[in-house]
Amino acid sequence: MESFSDLGAILLMQGFNGLSVFSVLLLMALGLALIFGQMGVINMAHGEFLAIGAYTTYLMSTVVQAHAPGFMPYYFLFAVVAAFAVAFAVGWLVEWLMIRHLYRRPLDTLLATWGLSLIIQQALRSVFGPREVSPELPEWLMGSWQPLDGVDIPINGLFVMALSFVMTGGLLLALFRSTWGLHVRATVQNRLMSGAVGIDTRRVDRVTFALGCGIAGMGGAAFTTIGATGPTSGSLYIVDTFLTVVFGGAASLFGTVASAFLIAQTQSVSEFFMTGSMAKVLTLSAIVVILMLRPQGLFSIKTRK
Amino acid sequence: MARKPDTDDVLLSPARRRMALAMASLPLAAGLPALGRAAAPATAEVNTTGLAVTDTEVIVGQLHSATGTMAISETGSIQAERLAIEQINAMGGILGRTIKVVQEDGASDWPTFAEKARKLLVSDKVATVFGCWTSASRKAVLPVFEKENGLLYYPTFYEGLEQSKNVFYTGQEATQQILAGLDWVNRETQAKTFYLIGSDYIWPRTSNKIARKHIENVLKGEVVGEEYYPLGHTQFGSLINKIKLRKPDVVYAIVVGGSNVSFYKQLRAAGVTADKQKLLTISVTEDELLGIGGENCEGFFSCMKYFQSLDNPNNQKFVQAFKAKYGEKSVIGDVTQAAYLGPWLWKMAVEKAGSFDVDKVVAASPDLEFTGAPEGYVKIDPNHHLWSKTRVGKIRRDGQFDVVYETPELIKPDPFPKGYQ
Repeated sequence: MESFSDLGAILLMQGFNGLSVFSVLLLMALGLALIFGQMGVINMAHGEFLAIGAYTTYLMSTVVQAHAPGFMPYYFLFAVVAAFAVAFAVGWLVEWLMIRHLYRRPLDTLLATWGLSLIIQQALRSVFGPREVSPELPEWLMGSWQPLDGVDIPINGLFVMALSFVMTGGLLLALFRSTWGLHVRATVQNRLMSGAVGIDTRRVDRVTFALGCGIAGMGGAAFTTIGATGPTSGSLYIVDTFLTVVFGGAASLFGTVASAFLIAQTQSVSEFFMTGSMAKVLTLSAIVVILMLRPQGLFSIKTRK
Repeated sequence: MARKPDTDDVLLSPARRRMALAMASLPLAAGLPALGRAAAPATAEVNTTGLAVTDTEVIVGQLHSATGTMAISETGSIQAERLAIEQINAMGGILGRTIKVVQEDGASDWPTFAEKARKLLVSDKVATVFGCWTSASRKAVLPVFEKENGLLYYPTFYEGLEQSKNVFYTGQEATQQILAGLDWVNRETQAKTFYLIGSDYIWPRTSNKIARKHIENVLKGEVVGEEYYPLGHTQFGSLINKIKLRKPDVVYAIVVGGSNVSFYKQLRAAGVTADKQKLLTISVTEDELLGIGGENCEGFFSCMKYFQSLDNPNNQKFVQAFKAKYGEKSVIGDVTQAAYLGPWLWKMAVEKAGSFDVDKVVAASPDLEFTGAPEGYVKIDPNHHLWSKTRVGKIRRDGQFDVVYETPELIKPDPFPKGYQ
């Protein structure tokens, strides 16, 4: 019966892989869903905020290794927070310098943020060098966990998954249970009226944008465990991220969750049964067909027509 | 170097004077026969085609991506070519002329490469160009070099299936990189089943095609899987599960760029480590290990012609000079070494031809032997590729390689391998 248990183990790991891809997509798309969905800004530089988070982690790992090697096992958790803080701060600055002048011109935000992405990429390249770097990761994040014989569950995958779920939960809570969330939702629905009732819409915009960037930075820190850290590594994720948000229905966070799940499962399962490139073709074709039938995406906010 | 001051010395240009000083400061130079001045022939003699050659200078071009995605890979080549040129200048230059470099940035964009190549050849009239990295950029500049009759030294190992009068390929073509490595793994581990993986573009596909033919026809083994992932793919979980299901003796991986890092990090996280799975790659050098981290692929094998850890006097000198110039932490990958060969091979060909004229340099090149190469002895074949050894390195945790095998003989380059197409 060995072959059967082998197959069972593979199926189990494949199931976990689907969830793992799901949590990666979700973590990437969360910040973008906030910025694109709630504010209507097409942020092409989203991937670069991811890279900023990743480089923050790299910097911290270098500094800690040089000055406090005993702290290495724990630094990563602080790096995730620092990555959030740095990306949040840069996002704040970008909103103030650039985005706030473009709110009524969504297509221009596309061009402007694309330019921004090139600027950030080259800045990272000039500061850190063009080569990829590899932050030293704590031992407990590496390797696999073996709950059963022959079953290897990646620990870094578990970590990304936990972070992704916590962030999603936190963001949903904040949007629907906090005053800030109330202000965001009010501003999205009717900016003029929100201003009239005393909501500082400018401030809401700035915090929302910065928060979206901060979440991307956090994702960047988490992705150093499973992927590359280089000036352009953020751009590897950007297409999938937009896909997830658009497919889910731009203005709905639930839609983003659902679409990340569907895309991840389709990709994971099809990759198992066909080759990588064909799996991608299949996934993208399915998305195109569904978007043709349902241009507003999976979920949309009900509006009077 | 005690030389009688003669009238010529009064006429030395500042550049020449610096050069003479540099020569004097080189301990080596004292033992060499008087280089440069005595051998400096008239410009009209060594340059009949209007290249940028004067009595004291020869201008060459450098065309790599210093910006954009490919800067990751091409930086090493830029550095190595610079180092070689600097060393040649310190020895007295070529035919008594100091090499001056015009560097252009291809910016990881293929049309830009073609445009800059035209600029170098047509307006700068450079005597030769050291440049390109990806096959796509080489294909983009090839028509320009052929039309303007320029000269290009191309450093990267590549898929083969090309040969041009105007290009010298200082890296390995596919068969040089693939066959000996597969033979080795088959001999050492009795490996019979192979899983071929690659990023989805021409080099991995062509290379795997050659690998498959060799595995099936020569090694009588079996390919249990062959698949390609889009460039920039970041999730390899399903693939890793398939590898676990098929249990190949050897995983043969040609993944590149950011995907490479994801692939090895996720392999390790899924418990696929060197003690359980043999893996042979032709796309991981010291450069890539900076990004991947040696701890993520410790014990896997890489097949190259050069490793930084090669133990020979040429290489020790090269590594020392490279680190002195670019910092103690800098690493040298296979292509970086191949790029370093370019200026030296050009120097030898020019000196043999006694001319900078492209046609004469090309004609002088076949069968030139270079004994000073860090990889050891190399020879230029009439097909413009190099004879070189193939080596297998085992990845160490510190990002370097232990060389576990090298072919006893130089391998003849065969860019159009029969029976492999």
